[in-house]
Amino acid sequence: MDTVEFHHESVIRQAAQRYRDVPGALLPILHHIQDTIGFIPNQTASELSPILNLSRAEIHGVITYYHHFKQTPPAKHTLAICQAEACQARGCRSLTKEVTEMLAGDHDWHVEHTYCLGLCATGPAIEIDGQLKAHATSEKLQKWIKDAKENA
Amino acid sequence: MKHTVFIPCDSAALAAGAEEVAQEIIRLAEEAGIAINIKRNGSRGMFWLEPLVEVEVDGIRHAYGPVSVEQVADLFAADFLNAGTHELYQGVTEDIEYLKNQERLTFARIGITEPLSLQDYEKYDGWVGLKKAISLKPADIVQEVLDSGLRGRGGAGFPAGIKWRTVMQATADQKYIVINADEGDSGTFADRMVMEDDPYMLIEGMIIAGIAVGATKGYVYIRSEYPHAVDTMTEAVRLAREANYLGQNILGSSFTFEIEIRKAAGSYVCGEETALLESLEGKRGIVRAKPPLPALEGLFGRPTVINNVLTMAAVPYVLAQGAKAYADFGMGRSRGTLPFQLAGNIARGGLVEKAFGVTARELIEVYGGGTFTKRPIKAVQIGGPLGAYIPADKLDIAMDYEALAQKGAVLGHGGVVVFDDTVDMAEQAKYAMEFCALESCGKCTPCRIGSTRGVEVIAKIQSQPQQAVAQTALLRDLCDTMLNGSLCAMGGMTPYPVLSALDHFPEDFNITKTEQHAA
Repeated sequence: MDTVEFHHESVIRQAAQRYRDVPGALLPILHHIQDTIGFIPNQTASELSPILNLSRAEIHGVITYYHHFKQTPPAKHTLAICQAEACQARGCRSLTKEVTEMLAGDHDWHVEHTYCLGLCATGPAIEIDGQLKAHATSEKLQKWIKDAKENA
Repeated sequence: MKHTVFIPCDSAALAAGAEEVAQEIIRLAEEAGIAINIKRNGSRGMFWLEPLVEVEVDGIRHAYGPVSVEQVADLFAADFLNAGTHELYQGVTEDIEYLKNQERLTFARIGITEPLSLQDYEKYDGWVGLKKAISLKPADIVQEVLDSGLRGRGGAGFPAGIKWRTVMQATADQKYIVINADEGDSGTFADRMVMEDDPYMLIEGMIIAGIAVGATKGYVYIRSEYPHAVDTMTEAVRLAREANYLGQNILGSSFTFEIEIRKAAGSYVCGEETALLESLEGKRGIVRAKPPLPALEGLFGRPTVINNVLTMAAVPYVLAQGAKAYADFGMGRSRGTLPFQLAGNIARGGLVEKAFGVTARELIEVYGGGTFTKRPIKAVQIGGPLGAYIPADKLDIAMDYEALAQKGAVLGHGGVVVFDDTVDMAEQAKYAMEFCALESCGKCTPCRIGSTRGVEVIAKIQSQPQQAVAQTALLRDLCDTMLNGSLCAMGGMTPYPVLSALDHFPEDFNITKTEQHAA
């Protein structure tokens, strides 16, 4: 077992210990793991299975059902752009195309689609590395991306 | 004299740059040696003016907005701390037309107070409903909610009092209060604002519900796309517990109530109450068949009150002011007010709380000021992604559950999304099917497979106009199956936006009005 896997295992065990007496603990445990490591590592289902007395299939089912849980390590930067109706009405479709092309091939960036950030009166709405941004335009996007790179 | 400056901490304000503006104001005040007192209030809900900076002069608040970092120095030069004249000056906040003519019962405090300040909450009538509830018999609390006519604000419009009464009358070792804060509908943000900007109101409503039905534990299930709401609610629960509004012997009474905040994980279907309960139990968010009703066998198989954020947030007012005061607002069977949310392509987007019965046109034109792009309106989607599209000439419709249902539309959670004349309605219909395909939990075949077939059929209508007549007939057939063959609203209501787009805008589907009627 290498050190990364060892670290992951200890995080998974820690999460399970912390929440094991909480009824319906699986989602809080998975959130804890993802918030700590950045994603849900491969061995999660088999590690949690005996502790929670759930089958690996049940746990795997939950991990893969929810859009929020990621099974691969995140890129250095994440840009989520809202695709829902209120942002469509403000031009998110063309903006999505633009930003996807802009960042294509840049492995530091992961562009993902999100469905409503609750900023529907000030769209198009985006989230860059956890920061919410309203009234997105292509010029502003370029600046925000540049800022995010500099702050990294 | 120390000046008080208010800069909102609501996420819509933050996304528009409120934090940077706050830092700049602090920096420039320090440089100039001016003593200021910064307050981070909730948002007034006038999002086109965010970041909205307010200054208090002689007890009256004046508004400036939308303020950018670059304009802060200019504001100081214009002596904004003493309500000086500036192009961003919007007048006395309370007198702004948009706010002045609203009927804010649930949103009475929002934008005025600091969200986590218990002192502010008490000062502006907080906990009055709870104190009243502690003095009443549980059955009387339930009666009060019944008499207020309060109906579920999540979309279904089921009378809250009946739900509460069913749970009250059930016998069990444990009962639960669950708040549905999985506000996934595009065009809605009222739940988010309640949680970020007035969290104690929701907590107060939950405690009252707990006392009424005999529940000692509550959960708030908040979508993961709302990190600020999760943080604010978590902190509010902690502070409320410290002050003995939560925990044992609440305010010296014999009542116990605890609240746990749960973060959802990005599944739209979990906004459906039974899927939400499955998710809280740590499972995939798959819809349950009803019966059994959650009121009898809900969370962990126990009797459960599950209410939307806005429903529960209305409860403290109902208890404090009495059922009649609340029921005096509204029309027909829709009593009270609804915080409407104006979104999409709209000049003045934001939150407008009005009694039921206001027309869609009044909301969009008088409050919203028409489209942001200044182009004509083509269609308005009311009630989220499962709501119908209403064409511009049919907007004189009253915003009321029954009035909209009569027109084949729904009020949903009160979201109003405006589109201008550049929108392609076939594209919108296709998106509705795509969204259903993405979010379907997979339990019902018409929803799981029908949505994917729907995307294909609409794509064919778009790419092969000569087949449009036959394909639209097929699309109607498919919608009929989804409508009648799905357990929950996901598959059962996706046809609403699709069919309304097709009915009102056949030309976007490559068919004429005559062909439409023949099909």
